Amino acid sequence: MPKVKVDGVEIEVPAGATVLQAAELAGKEIPRFCYHERLSIAGNCRMCLVEVKPGPPKPQASCALPAADGQEIRTDSEMVKKAREGVMEFLLINHPLDCPICDQGGECDLQDQSVAYGRGGSRYHENKRAVTEKYMGPLIKTQMTRCIHCTRCVRFSEEIAGVDEIGALYRGESMQITTYLEHAAKHEMSANVIDLCPVGALTSRPYAFEARPWELKKTLGIDVSDATGSNIRIDARGREVLRVLPRNNDDVNEEWLSDKARFQVDGLVKRRLDKPYLRRDGKLAPASWNEAFAAVATLNPGASIAAVAGDMVDCETMFAAKALVGTLGSTLLEGRQTGMDYDTSSLAGVNFNTTFAGIETADVILIVGSNVRWEAPVVNVRLRKAVKRGAKVFLVGPEWETTFGGEFLSEDLSVLGSLPQQVTEAFGAAKRPAMIVGGAALGRGGLEAALSLAGQFNLVRNLEDGSAWNGFNVLHMAASRMGGLMLGYAQKGGIADIAAAKPKVLLSLGADEVDYTRFADSMIVYIGHHGDKGAHAADVILPASAYTEKAGTYVNTEGRVQFSDKAVFAPGDAREDWTILRALADAFGVSVGFDSFDQLRAAMVAQVPALGVEGLADYGTALPSGGLSASGAIAYPIKDFYMTNPIARASATMQRCSAELLHGEEFAEAAE
Amino acid sequence: MADRYIEPDTPELRARWGNFAWTEANAAKAKEIVARYPEGRQRSAVMPLLDLAQRQIGAELNTQGWLPIPVMEYVATYLDMPVIRVVEVATFYTMYNIAPIGRFHVQVCGTTPCMLRGSDDIIATCKARGMKKGHTTADGMWSFTEVECMGNCASAPMVQINDDNYEDLTPERMNAVLDALARGETPKAGTQDPARHTVEPVGEPTNLVAMMTQNHDYRSEW
Repeated sequence: MPKVKVDGVEIEVPAGATVLQAAELAGKEIPRFCYHERLSIAGNCRMCLVEVKPGPPKPQASCALPAADGQEIRTDSEMVKKAREGVMEFLLINHPLDCPICDQGGECDLQDQSVAYGRGGSRYHENKRAVTEKYMGPLIKTQMTRCIHCTRCVRFSEEIAGVDEIGALYRGESMQITTYLEHAAKHEMSANVIDLCPVGALTSRPYAFEARPWELKKTLGIDVSDATGSNIRIDARGREVLRVLPRNNDDVNEEWLSDKARFQVDGLVKRRLDKPYLRRDGKLAPASWNEAFAAVATLNPGASIAAVAGDMVDCETMFAAKALVGTLGSTLLEGRQTGMDYDTSSLAGVNFNTTFAGIETADVILIVGSNVRWEAPVVNVRLRKAVKRGAKVFLVGPEWETTFGGEFLSEDLSVLGSLPQQVTEAFGAAKRPAMIVGGAALGRGGLEAALSLAGQFNLVRNLEDGSAWNGFNVLHMAASRMGGLMLGYAQKGGIADIAAAKPKVLLSLGADEVDYTRFADSMIVYIGHHGDKGAHAADVILPASAYTEKAGTYVNTEGRVQFSDKAVFAPGDAREDWTILRALADAFGVSVGFDSFDQLRAAMVAQVPALGVEGLADYGTALPSGGLSASGAIAYPIKDFYMTNPIARASATMQRCSAELLHGEEFAEAAE
Repeated sequence: MADRYIEPDTPELRARWGNFAWTEANAAKAKEIVARYPEGRQRSAVMPLLDLAQRQIGAELNTQGWLPIPVMEYVATYLDMPVIRVVEVATFYTMYNIAPIGRFHVQVCGTTPCMLRGSDDIIATCKARGMKKGHTTADGMWSFTEVECMGNCASAPMVQINDDNYEDLTPERMNAVLDALARGETPKAGTQDPARHTVEPVGEPTNLVAMMTQNHDYRSEW
């Protein structure tokens, strides 16, 4: 633990810290462009210059200089001030002064730091250089003349995303950042370079020229496009969500966000259900709320009612539906829309037990039936980190392009019963072994087979340092899954049990993946926000709110309870889901015991206390023994990363991504 | 600053170079080059391999050789590394030609020492023979670029043509070199001054003369 003096104040810094980190610890702001906590150190922008003694009598780049015992660091001397002014003047030599027409304006590192540390004018009279436009795909808008060559985007795509596609071509003044042959950036995390870019060179294409940052109302939310529960900030102006940005959470998404989570929001204003509909003579016709409720109530289902939860609903909605269905005397609840029927008696057996941060430290990982890149891009980033630390990865399932290497064993689940020798040896020698069971393996015996392997490999153990380790992980794909399971949205036989019960009324809580032909005799009441597959099959449509339009509790696949806030109001006559269910209770003439959102939440927490506490829910560590063998070829459930939910399907951006990046269609670029 | 641009990736380019592969001799050489680096560090061989590829293409086209995009991809695949990293290297170093080039690449140094010693006349000589900066002559013989210091200031002005330097030039000597090359001969590389063997002083030394005959200690005179 070296002791250093920063501006005369002595502090102790962790071993291995840089001078920049030491200064930060001392509360001194060091301007920087190329340095980023989560990327390797480049040291090429020179903005972080400080004076360090002992050392050469010149300013030193603090980001790349290790803090050593007895150093005297000055961040406030005349030399440092002059150095910063000089570097800033150099950076601005070729940077266009186009802030008024630049999308980064107002949230631009270069703008802020030139005001704070620049000298207020340039002595450079020559022409500025200009760089030709580069095409980086449908998500990233480029204006490469603004680039200051910090290489954060290059380092991100190489180190974090694991897809080498961005590079710096040519040299010196001619240096240009580009994707290979200006092909579109083709990975699920590509748009994170927009956040990383400290200037306006890489900006968001769908959000181009939409708003200035100070016009936006910022709401803290949780993403529902996958089961990772990425922390997001929802930026809205008026009633429209204009963009979504990641929030820092080292336990969940670090500071990354998948492209789908970031850019599906333009689907929130398309194909929306903004008034109730009733099916009359086989056709859906607009109706009033009263007509819709009357139509449901006249059926008088009694206990013959069931609820199916969709992939994106919050716990409150599920609890309100559960309360309603329960009051009517039914327990028919299910959330696994596609018919999976795996055993949920122990939630630890269907949970991501290592946690996302923990999987980084695993040394042997067996992935069964999961295309992690598409099912949970932020977990894929963690897996890449684990492999960089030396973890061995084996995969069962059809081959997909991993960003971390790994060995594909077989496409058939039966391999779990007879694992090759190298796998058993690796697990035998492993200190922190882990398994990840994905959606393609669940619900066909894969979970049980994996659980018995978990017992065989002793995945639940105490580590040498005394801490507990549970290496058994299930990677879900639905944001509502863990919350639903905690609330009892699971039948023994899955959705087949519900179909067999032939309920008179089927409440569909935004469930768009259900095979509704099995419910031909039921009245399907669709409570959701998009006119997608579920609404097409519905008899009654009650327009509800999307995830940005209601407060809610979400539980991610590691059992992490997180709260999301309401950013905007739902369009038209749409209401928050719980109010619709509460009104339905009135229509049925029963009392569900809550009249406000707070009462609803209190009732929910009274029933499932874990839902009231932010953070990891405790499911215990005991895993079911599993036991059955599994066989059959694995097919990944996600066929198109950009089209997995109704919001994304309605989003023009996601449609374009799907067409261009996955199906190879070519789009002529509009002349600017 | 010379503007360098990658030759665009067109279907014609792909058709011409898409099936590039090492010749038998070069395949052996490439293997030997890769073997110089530790296992798993084969990427380090990217620079010699790009040079090898450029020379192979040069031999094929009877020019100095250049690196089309499909060839960079071939090298990337050969070394199991991302293409963008190969392109970065190829575009960074000016000795890799990233666009087609003539039989002889005439690189005239125009930096201060050469300029003071008359590089302007050398450039004028080149221009008089129909060369144009950044272009290849119509017969495909001469590509002409002005470059910055090549480190031959003691024998300025100089020109680099393909792998050889020609120094101590005058317009006449330059013409003689170019004529010889055009005839298919290989002129003597290095200084073109008949009075000079290499970069030793012309005539009598003017510096440190006392050391000519004995080991003289100058320190007391400083």
